[in-house]
Amino acid sequence: MNKKLTEKLAPGHSTCAGCGIPAIVRTVLGATEDPIIVASATGCLEVTTTIYPYTAWKVPFIHNAFENAAATMSGVEAAQKILLKKGKIKKKAKLVVFGGDGGTTDIGLQSLSGALERGHDFLYVCYDNGGYMNTGGQRSGATPYGADTETEPAGKESFGKVRQRKDLMEIINGHGLKYLAQASVGNLADLEKKARKALEIEGPTFLLVLQPCTQVWKYPTSQYVNVAKLAVETNFWPLYEIEDGKYKINYINENPKPIEEFLKTQGRFKHLFKNPDNQHVIGEIQRAVEENVARLVKKSQIS
Amino acid sequence: MEEGAIIKNDLKKAPKTGDWGYLKPEVDPAKCIGCETCVRFCPDACIEMKKRAAEEKEVSQENFREKELAHVDLEFCKGCGVCAEVCPVKAISMKK
Amino acid sequence: MLNKLYSKSKQEKHLVRALTGGAAAAEALRQIQPDVMAVYPITPQTPIIETFAKMKADGKVNAEIIQVESEHSAMSAVVGAQAAGARTVTATSSQGLALMHEILYIASGLRLPSLMYVSARALSAPINIHGEHGDVMAVRDSGWIQIFAQNAQEVYDLGFIGLKLAEETRFPVMVVMDGFQTSHTTERVELLPDDEIEDFVGVYQPQNFLLNLKNPVSFGPLALQDSYFDFRVDQQKDFLKTKNEFQRICRDFGREFQRHYDFFEEYETKDAKEVIVIMGSVAGTVKEVVDRLREKGKKVGVLAVTLFRPFDYQKIGEKLAHAKRIAVLDRAMSVGAYPPLYTEVVNGVYHATGRKIEVASYTYGLGGRDTFQKQIEKVFADLEKGNISDRVKYLK
Repeated sequence: MNKKLTEKLAPGHSTCAGCGIPAIVRTVLGATEDPIIVASATGCLEVTTTIYPYTAWKVPFIHNAFENAAATMSGVEAAQKILLKKGKIKKKAKLVVFGGDGGTTDIGLQSLSGALERGHDFLYVCYDNGGYMNTGGQRSGATPYGADTETEPAGKESFGKVRQRKDLMEIINGHGLKYLAQASVGNLADLEKKARKALEIEGPTFLLVLQPCTQVWKYPTSQYVNVAKLAVETNFWPLYEIEDGKYKINYINENPKPIEEFLKTQGRFKHLFKNPDNQHVIGEIQRAVEENVARLVKKSQIS
Repeated sequence: MEEGAIIKNDLKKAPKTGDWGYLKPEVDPAKCIGCETCVRFCPDACIEMKKRAAEEKEVSQENFREKELAHVDLEFCKGCGVCAEVCPVKAISMKK
Repeated sequence: MLNKLYSKSKQEKHLVRALTGGAAAAEALRQIQPDVMAVYPITPQTPIIETFAKMKADGKVNAEIIQVESEHSAMSAVVGAQAAGARTVTATSSQGLALMHEILYIASGLRLPSLMYVSARALSAPINIHGEHGDVMAVRDSGWIQIFAQNAQEVYDLGFIGLKLAEETRFPVMVVMDGFQTSHTTERVELLPDDEIEDFVGVYQPQNFLLNLKNPVSFGPLALQDSYFDFRVDQQKDFLKTKNEFQRICRDFGREFQRHYDFFEEYETKDAKEVIVIMGSVAGTVKEVVDRLREKGKKVGVLAVTLFRPFDYQKIGEKLAHAKRIAVLDRAMSVGAYPPLYTEVVNGVYHATGRKIEVASYTYGLGGRDTFQKQIEKVFADLEKGNISDRVKYLK
């Protein structure tokens, strides 16, 4: 067991073999020397790290429910503030919330929005695996266009998800945060840098981290890093930051690989290649990727 | 039962996830360049950088370097194969 | 400013004020000095949070107020703050309480001793902002201690008893007042000095809490088939024990401040043949009717329930054992079943006495409809005549 990496999250958790979530958690929590308190929404991370009687958390941890991790942390933050003021506690801990895309973009969006608007001092990290993986792979608002999911499956009359994913970064940015960034589990050094920056800022900060899911994206357990890297190399998942409203691109591939390179690694897009009628869907995904890149480049130039 | 189901980390109570997989990584100390790429990607934090033991040194004289190389602790290793996949010099192989 | 008006001398110890139930609740909260309060507006609870917010603005309370964006987040933030180690309070009503529903169970399951004032109000649809107990009854199985106040004075006193009970038993407590009838009606309230309240409620000392960085604990694990059941049984056992603690704290309060509370308030019940069982503000109306009927020689009485959860079946059965006929007045509807208080009273009477006492069920005051003395007189008349059926009657 790696001593340094397990200082805050011990092994013995039951994440699926080859799941990248623990690497995200360890990287984010490793980005500060300060004490940390963690809150988590219901989801893969929470259920796999705290199966009674074992908890893998070596830092104070709270799981409340699915949709309220941000509100829960609002309470923790308010408590810390007043108890420090009253001299009942001495040390200030950094506060980090983890939620999946279901607990963040969908059911937890209101709670997060409220907490961001109120300006609580915490870092919210959304690990985005594009669906409800803990319940077996249903569609979420973050599921990409064209993906085959349990609740919007591909079939004779369907090519999978018909809507583009929500742009969570833009939604969060609408709250006027000092810092938010998009990162990927395939680029941990970049993630660490961003987490460090976010944790140093007072007030709410946000990280959206791509987290491929071996079970539901359907690829071999050894592949999460490769899949996450391909997402970046095809510009499906550009790495960028928004600091005080200013867009800064960390990585966009100027000579991107075609989106097929990313899609074909995963069973959830298999139907796009098998059925010639679905060719246009791949084209549409490519077009959306390019449009998004152009938009980000433009924004980074303006600001 | 703990009041309110409030619990503390105790590794003794952890499920032995090392029993999950049927493949286990094996590091070839002759090939490992000590780059640490595998360390952080390992989902179960099983890999630590360690100096090789003296006896290993004899086995792989030619490639021996006086630096820390990847060492996998199999207690919690689920055998996912991520380490073998990310290794830039293919020093890790998955074995039964 | 209230502080300056207090006098330490025994004679002037009690400061009499004209307060609404909502203002009395806010005053109790000020004296409790919580660390954190989560607030979200809903009629008829809003005066509580507004008054508290003004107290903070005027420097009278040293608390963090979290202006949440919903009651769901209010209860979620309460859980977070209380788990972090702060004395935490909130207030709500009706739809707000319904929106909190999911998290109420979590607050209790995690054994977090928060205090919540509830201005009980009807639930939609159709929408109605007025008093009834339907909202509180809908969460009666959530593992919150439920204490019903009859008037502003009780709202004030039971806040202290409720907080102490919560913190000593590590269960959350809701103190319930009738929306509008109590929350917005100005009544005479005897306040107590700050320092004596401070002594009575004491300092909150959490056992396990997130901000204890030296002892990191995990709140809210996943308990599977091998443990969940056992946690719930433990919760039930501990919850039932809070009855005794409630009585003990009421006795302490009575000794200290000469105002006495118990599971029930018994009014002229000792030799009563016909008894009305009720909760909340309309108990006052019933007492007046009892006084009038007693003058006419009728042996009638009223038993007003203060502690609804946990419910003491044995005690209520014993108290009612001598009665010939009983009417239970519910201010809530359990659609498709007998109303909640009626069901509990029938259970209590049957188990304690083993004999079948006739118990009639009446529903009154839904959606804030007034209940008049005439209607109460009619209930007593029905009881006297034995005009009892197994049908629920409506005091419309």
